[in-house]
Amino acid sequence: MNRLIILIVLSIILLAACSSNTTETNSTAAAYIENKGSDTIVNLALAWAEKYQSDHPEVRISVTGGGSGTGIASLVNGTVDIANASRQIKNEEIKNAKSNGVEPVEHIIARDAIAVIVNPENSVSQLTLKQISDIYSGKISNWSEVGGEDRPIVRLSRETNSGTHVYFLETVLRLGNSEDKTLFSMDTLLLPSSEGIIAEIRQNPNAIGYDGLGYVPKDLKMIAIAAEEGGAYVLPSIATVNDKSYAIARDLYMYTDGEPTGIVKEYLTWILAPEAQEIVAELGFVPAALTPSPSP
Amino acid sequence: MEKSLNWYEFVITRLIKASGYSAILFVALIFFFLVREGLPTFVDTSLTSLLSIRWYPIEEHYGILPLLTGSLIVTIGAGLVAVPFGIGTAVYISEIAPRWMREILKPLVELLGGLPSVVLGFLGFLVLAPFLRTFLNLPTGLTALTGSLLLGGIAVPTIVSVAEDALDAVPRAYREGAWALGATRWQTIWRVTFPAARSGILTGVMLGVGRAIGETMTVMMVTGNAPVLATKLGSLFSPVRTMTATIAAEMGEVASGSTHYHVLFFIGMVLFLISLGVNVAASSVVFRTKKRAERILS
Repeated sequence: MNRLIILIVLSIILLAACSSNTTETNSTAAAYIENKGSDTIVNLALAWAEKYQSDHPEVRISVTGGGSGTGIASLVNGTVDIANASRQIKNEEIKNAKSNGVEPVEHIIARDAIAVIVNPENSVSQLTLKQISDIYSGKISNWSEVGGEDRPIVRLSRETNSGTHVYFLETVLRLGNSEDKTLFSMDTLLLPSSEGIIAEIRQNPNAIGYDGLGYVPKDLKMIAIAAEEGGAYVLPSIATVNDKSYAIARDLYMYTDGEPTGIVKEYLTWILAPEAQEIVAELGFVPAALTPSPSP
Repeated sequence: MEKSLNWYEFVITRLIKASGYSAILFVALIFFFLVREGLPTFVDTSLTSLLSIRWYPIEEHYGILPLLTGSLIVTIGAGLVAVPFGIGTAVYISEIAPRWMREILKPLVELLGGLPSVVLGFLGFLVLAPFLRTFLNLPTGLTALTGSLLLGGIAVPTIVSVAEDALDAVPRAYREGAWALGATRWQTIWRVTFPAARSGILTGVMLGVGRAIGETMTVMMVTGNAPVLATKLGSLFSPVRTMTATIAAEMGEVASGSTHYHVLFFIGMVLFLISLGVNVAASSVVFRTKKRAERILS
């Protein structure tokens, strides 16, 4: 019986602790930012929101994913303050927005580059985009076909639910052609994490994989990529991503309705400041360092 | 005083009864839930699509055959590893090992059974897979075989523990009778003790294999998760994707109520039916051997 009483008392204390916490944050929150969109950016947006909220307790930021299209649609409907998108807004979306009285303004907040990586023992160090596409679709299955040793190619990819997987499929496998229905070769190994891909490549000279540029450790070899046959082979780096010479990279955007004002403006300015851009690098994206910050 | 004791007794008997029935209730509820979420699969997608050989859910390819064969080949491999090894260990611990050896071995095996599967998966990924790749000269070490070996390791403690208890429960008089007839130690084990403990050993094997087929984390880490249809024995040496790993990898991100979501629950239903089948088959065998034993004894 005594134990029961202790249990009840404990749970009441715990409950009270929980509820007092939530009411506290609710009562002190003066401003509220609704942020929604791309699943690629959602982790980055969450990390920013967390950091910003801990520095500015008066601001509450709600971040949800759902995809770039969902985010932009919500901005057009006026239900969010900031829409995240891993692609540029489409013309028809701008048209929709204007007919709804919404003026989408674009902010490049970071860049996303995918590095293609192999084991350092692998003698292949440069490939064209088309060759990578053929490797992953299964048309090329031996390293000797692309100038390497006579070894089978083991293709590694992230799981299908990863935004990187979809981006790689669209940009590399299908070479950006939306009509193309090429799929990953069936024997592509789908590993649940970036760490899995890196660990397998580290010990397997047959393997090829891809990962966000910021995640690639120094002991693995990155492949220099040429967008077209005969073009220059470019190694991924923050510089080549920012000058757009590296082929598998894209800008990540936030859209606001009109030029941002008040708390949203403060937040976006903070995002482009070095402190927030450091988080970009930590999460494996490329900081939008060379972008001139929006005029004050 | 007497009255309150009766009241306590009343509550306790009911509680025990309720916990007994709750197992049935839970299984029924789980199955009901799986069916409710899984059956809409047939509305959302066609049977031909489900029976195709391509699993690529983000582009509406829902062929579950590669996943089914993947699970089967890994489980069969695990059985081939775990059954002989597990039964051998159980026989050694129960019948052959000296007392002090037994005192060491039994807790060690139980400790092995308590290892979290993610730890085994981690070891498999970093140690076993690279070793198998170089040793067997495979393109990659992330294969069905790697999964089988690790799952075998997971199933062994279960098999050993249950089978050893069953062997231990065989009355000493059986062995003494065999020895009295001049049977050697091996003959006693193989012809007397082992058959007498058969139903318990079978239960152990069943539980072990059941654990193997339902195991998720380890296989997700070491089998490579490539949804290739496994048709021949050679598939053991190439990557496969199991049903459990598919559910675990994809359930987190899937939109609730979508076709993909329903298909994942349908896969869960298939898994449930497979383990139900294994259980029913095993208990019917146990039941039959019991009857035969009774006939012989009478």
